[in-house]
Amino acid sequence: MTPFPADQFANLHRLAPEIVLCLFGLALMVVDPFIAAARKRVLGWIGFIGTLAALAAVHLAVHFPGHSYSGLIVVDSFSVFVHIVVIVAAALAILGSLDYLEQEGLQRGEYYALVLFAAAGMGILAGANELVTAFIGLEMSSISTYVLVGFRRRSLLSNEASMKYFLLGSFATAFFLYGIAMVYGAAGTTLIDKIPAGLMQHSVAGHLPALALLGLGLIFVGLGFKVVVAPFQIYGPDVYEGAPTPVTALLASAPKAATFALMVRVFYVSFGSSSDIWFWAIWVSAILTMFIGNLAALVQTNVKRMLAYSSIAHAGYILVAFAASTPAGVAAVLFYLAAYVLMKVGAFLVVTHLGQQGEKRLAIQDYAGLGLKQPVLAACFSLFLLSLLGLPATAGFFGKLFAFQSALGVGSRPIIWLVIIAAINSVIGAYYYLRVMIAMYFSEPSAEYTPSLVPPALVFALFIAAAGTLYLGILPGRVLDFAKAAADSLTQTF
Amino acid sequence: MGTHSLLLTVITFLPLFSVAALLLLRSEDHAWIRRIALAASLAEFAVSLLLLRGFDTTTANYQFQEFHPWIGQAIHYHLGVDGISLFLVLLTTFLTPLAILCSWQSVQVNVKGFFIALLVIETAMIGVFVSLDLFLFFVFWEMTLIPMYFLIGMWGHDHRIYAAVKFILYTMFGSILMLVAILWLYNLTGTFDLPGFSGVQGIQGMLQSGQVMLPPHTELLLFGAFFLAFAIKVPLFPLHTWLPDAHTEAPTAGSVILAGVMLKLGTYGILRFCVPLFPEAAHKMAQPIAVLAIIGIVYGALVATVQTNLKRLVAYTSVSHLGFVILGIFAFNVTSIEGAVYQMLSHGISTGALFLGVGMIYDRRHTFEIKQFGGLATPMPVLMSFFLFISLSSLALPPLNGFVGEFLILIGTFVGHHAWASWAASGAVLSAIYLLWAYQRVALGEITVEKNRTLPDASVRERVILATMAVAIIFMGVASPIFTRRMEASVKNVIEQANPPQDASRHVLDSPVAPLTQKYLQKDNVSPELHAQPVLARIAERRVQQ
Repeated sequence: MTPFPADQFANLHRLAPEIVLCLFGLALMVVDPFIAAARKRVLGWIGFIGTLAALAAVHLAVHFPGHSYSGLIVVDSFSVFVHIVVIVAAALAILGSLDYLEQEGLQRGEYYALVLFAAAGMGILAGANELVTAFIGLEMSSISTYVLVGFRRRSLLSNEASMKYFLLGSFATAFFLYGIAMVYGAAGTTLIDKIPAGLMQHSVAGHLPALALLGLGLIFVGLGFKVVVAPFQIYGPDVYEGAPTPVTALLASAPKAATFALMVRVFYVSFGSSSDIWFWAIWVSAILTMFIGNLAALVQTNVKRMLAYSSIAHAGYILVAFAASTPAGVAAVLFYLAAYVLMKVGAFLVVTHLGQQGEKRLAIQDYAGLGLKQPVLAACFSLFLLSLLGLPATAGFFGKLFAFQSALGVGSRPIIWLVIIAAINSVIGAYYYLRVMIAMYFSEPSAEYTPSLVPPALVFALFIAAAGTLYLGILPGRVLDFAKAAADSLTQTF
Repeated sequence: MGTHSLLLTVITFLPLFSVAALLLLRSEDHAWIRRIALAASLAEFAVSLLLLRGFDTTTANYQFQEFHPWIGQAIHYHLGVDGISLFLVLLTTFLTPLAILCSWQSVQVNVKGFFIALLVIETAMIGVFVSLDLFLFFVFWEMTLIPMYFLIGMWGHDHRIYAAVKFILYTMFGSILMLVAILWLYNLTGTFDLPGFSGVQGIQGMLQSGQVMLPPHTELLLFGAFFLAFAIKVPLFPLHTWLPDAHTEAPTAGSVILAGVMLKLGTYGILRFCVPLFPEAAHKMAQPIAVLAIIGIVYGALVATVQTNLKRLVAYTSVSHLGFVILGIFAFNVTSIEGAVYQMLSHGISTGALFLGVGMIYDRRHTFEIKQFGGLATPMPVLMSFFLFISLSSLALPPLNGFVGEFLILIGTFVGHHAWASWAASGAVLSAIYLLWAYQRVALGEITVEKNRTLPDASVRERVILATMAVAIIFMGVASPIFTRRMEASVKNVIEQANPPQDASRHVLDSPVAPLTQKYLQKDNVSPELHAQPVLARIAERRVQQ
């Protein structure tokens, strides 16, 4: 018998998080029929254990940095960072789903399996060093989330959201695929780190071939759709609002993080030398995204929809750091993603609980008097809101701080304006985040309604999110160092 | 690389620790919540007095410094006080117990939250005054917002939500641009530290030594970003519109803290950051800023005169009085800046006391409408006597505290800018009109509203509060050298930093115009016969010489 080849062994380790996630997903589907309907909840815990195992597997993968499968997948600090962010988001979403599904009568195994598959797809996105592999990751995460969005089968809103997301999402992935084809045509390769060399060979007098630019543009359309930046944001609020709230928590956080990671890889590694060209696309998109997200959020009366618009605005802030296209900018993007995921998932999980059965209580005035009725939950929600708003001692503050600082570090006039516009936008944002707090603390509670107790699983999830938000807000040093190392690892060769 | 004295850390975080104690109490246990909050704030005041003992008056350096790395290489936990911030810290620790005491009975809803908010604000405000790291400063600066937002929004009066939102949006708008400027400075210098600390170079030093050169355009932008944040906070005309709403709607304790200390965060920031870091821009903009300050002085006074709401009237006096502070700073003169710092303190005392008095009237009648009052001195002789006394201090009657600051500012400003001082002086006259007229309508004459006939006079608790304030007012009025002696070195330091070598206004710096302390007379460059001359004559003489 031939011994197991060492490189195969390493390859398996590099893909370990995805393998673990998929195995747990498959196991859930197999076990599902054997679990009595009343005890389906145990499947959720299996899913949660799956995410923990995946985190352990990430730890395993760390020991095998480098390319695997002929360069399709890469394990570097960058991919590890994004893996952790994505998996934590999935874990929190699962914890938040346990009681939600029970209450909606939707407790089923495939839900958790789909979350795990989506997480696996996002893991591939984070580690992909090849565009077609990235496409597979994108499809894996997208298709899983299409189904998850429509999981409240009896709700019209949920169905509409799912349909919308599916149709438009398919278009977007088609754009992405088309872009890949063009980049391949221009560079002769789809390996992300080999594209610059390939383009060099085919370029005339140092100019980027038009085909490559067109391809990059199409890739931006495809990925921009997934991270919900303007002008591809139209579908976002509808889908976020229609999806079951824990799914919204997942959708607004993890895919954004993973797709931003891929965007950074493609733009920064493959097309880093032509950043002066794509800078303007990002610039325009960032400004549009921030203004559309914030201004539209101002007038929302539905908290879920308001948070959806706010997540659009946050994508805009991330683009500000992205536009810097420096290692510091990449580090800021990563830090922002970590902060954003914690606070956004936290906020949506609070909404999950307060929505009550059938997601009926989503209007801002439904939150009236929460500060007196459930002070701890209200304090928790305030923390997430203040973090989204970017107040010091919260994660969101440092996210914005590093984003602004990296952008200012570039020092060119347009990017300084971009920072100023972002700063003004974050004040606009203050208005609608505070509006929820006004309802919670300054308004009289409605007498007839008593909120239900927060279930233990959700308490656990909220605790993790809140503790993380505070940790990143008070001692951001370690995570920032990690993000910096991750940014540096992008350009490192194995 | 830390230092041994932990005094400033203790002073800064003691209120926050007592919040932890409050959290342990049941929220229905109102009596103990009040007692512990009061005890904590009194202990805080006692500890802060230790600063006076060890304070070295001969140096402009920061004292009681603490320096520890916080985040990465650039952000430090760096605390310290100089002659300017020392008294602002004391003002904060002095006013907080009074604010707590005045809320003893008027706050009955969510008592625990109220006192927690007050104590958190205290920590944040002290933090602003003692931070020597721009980043740390900004964190504390923003930390003042949310508790104040809650104070106004939860325990305020009828239009509290509107006022709270207006307050927070105005302030945030300014501070976010300041954050951008801070980051800009960081990218230029690689540090957030202001003065530096043994081996670590600070922004101040780099900018002054020319190691980091700011192009004039950039300097102006950075100055503008900082100044906007501070000017909103002060507030400088025409950015003042949040203030009457916030003051009027806030509960008494909130108004006391807001007027007493929070407005000074703005003037302190101008003095600490705007002027020393961007001296040329500050000089360039001095004229328009002074004009705005003067407009604020006169406009604030005129608008105060016609108010029908007593609390709103007091709020507008702040616009007027803080105009003086800004004017004093931008006259770039030792006397005027010393006056500005003094005015900050005495405004904190006088206006804080005014709000306390108005709050006590409100506790009895639940209205601020002047029409509802009249002849209040008959049922409440003690309360209204104190109120008159406080009004006199606010309108700068010698020898009370308000006089010292205003006089120093006017006289310092006059040396370089006659017109500025003349216009500003009209504000001093107007303040007599609006305060005395208001007092007349509220307290004197016949009782016009029958309900007022049976109002109880000041209780023991209220007498303690008012008497404490009155003592402070007299003390600051007659013993001003105790304060100015400690400020002097730091103020001179600010002037030195603020004056670029080629600046023309340098010749007026060591002004021989000697206010109260007479200390400038000892300068050897001033001829002895000059002392005897009245100020006006001397200036006329200089004119003739030119």
